[in-house]
Amino acid sequence: MSDWQPKILAILCNWCSYAGADLAGVSRLQYPPNIRVVRIPCSGRVDPLFIMKAFQTGYDGVLVSGCHPGDCHYLSGNYFARRKFAVIKPLMEFIGLEPDRLQFSWVSAGEGERFSEVVTKVTKDIQKIGPITKMVKGV
Amino acid sequence: MVKELQEKVKQLFKDKKVDMVIGWRKGSLPLSSSPLFINKIEDVDNLIFDETCQNNLAVYITKDKRRLVKDGKKIGVIVKGCDARSLVLYCVEKQIKRENLVIIGVPCKGVFDKRKVMEQVDNKEVLGFSVNGKEVTIKGQEFEKTLDKFEIASDSCQSCVYPDAPVFDEFITEPRKEKPDIDEFAKVDKFEELSLDDRWKKITDEYSKCVRCYACRNVCPSCYCNVCFVDQNDPQWIGKSPEITDTIIFHLIRNLHVAGRCVECGACARACPEGIDLLLLNKKITKEIKERFGYTAGINIDEKPAMQSYCENEKQDFIMG
Repeated sequence: MSDWQPKILAILCNWCSYAGADLAGVSRLQYPPNIRVVRIPCSGRVDPLFIMKAFQTGYDGVLVSGCHPGDCHYLSGNYFARRKFAVIKPLMEFIGLEPDRLQFSWVSAGEGERFSEVVTKVTKDIQKIGPITKMVKGV
Repeated sequence: MVKELQEKVKQLFKDKKVDMVIGWRKGSLPLSSSPLFINKIEDVDNLIFDETCQNNLAVYITKDKRRLVKDGKKIGVIVKGCDARSLVLYCVEKQIKRENLVIIGVPCKGVFDKRKVMEQVDNKEVLGFSVNGKEVTIKGQEFEKTLDKFEIASDSCQSCVYPDAPVFDEFITEPRKEKPDIDEFAKVDKFEELSLDDRWKKITDEYSKCVRCYACRNVCPSCYCNVCFVDQNDPQWIGKSPEITDTIIFHLIRNLHVAGRCVECGACARACPEGIDLLLLNKKITKEIKERFGYTAGINIDEKPAMQSYCENEKQDFIMG
């Protein structure tokens, strides 16, 4: 499995992180090509089902990224999102999923460089853990 | 105490304070009780309260008797501590108006887990029981066995810290002032000590027993969506067969839907035909929410549930720096 590359689902909010990813692209910053991006209106839109479903269909990791606290386009969406993440992450760890498979970050529209750093870090973390075996349907 | 309870309910009917009272009656089998819907004074005589009254009666407010609630009828519910917390949650979530609700608290001393009792008596037929302080004598055809009450109590009762209703209109006898000295998260802490792979193994072993009958959801007072996400077909989020990942996702999402709303009545675990320890994950979430946000569901009628509120300067150690 030496040529194995992780597949990571990046759920990005439309107003900050998606624009941050766009800026990273426009600025020609390099980051690992392991992420598949899903654009959502706000990090508050993230249903825990999205995350579980990603793992079930074989994604090795999930990155959820939204606006910094205080910068939400809808004023409070990311605060509610943060409360959700605060429960989802320990719960996934509790049932035995490797904690690094699920990561959250705040990336603003101006932080193209930060976005590439985040993706690099998440990819490295998941490369270290290896392919997902738990939660995957049919394994 | 049952006499007092019956008198109190009769009085409520006489004073026209209630249109209906939901309580318990003797079940058709020993060690069981069934719900009793009292519409007129004569029915009150069937009312009981003992260690077999395990149903969380609050659930009828959002399910079977929803029409009555919508019509603005005054409903009295006889509640143990956990059931009262469900009612408080309903008031917070605007499922029923506080003034249409008469909360009648009874001092709960824990309810039996029938499965545990049957195990203790080797599945022999039970005919009756009597409680004497901390001991319970189970009587059968040709045997009599004395058991420790705590041992055969429901899992949720073994870790219960709110035996009496935190909010009530009437209380039969006096609510206890002191909280029981119990570590409510002992099981969670113990489970957390295991390694990741051991935890995953235990969870898959436990949940592979699930037959997806949804009894846990149907009996849960906090689960009252009109269309549950597992019943949804378009889009169909999760498979309907008892495939292990689908099953685990169903339970995780259900746990997350009741996050910060679960009152740990243990109805789900008692309703489970396979005897899955459903409370463990709920307890974990409750612990997490209590530690992070200092919130406990169903205690304060003026407090917003943890997941429906936020604080700007919260700790966010789980988010990448």
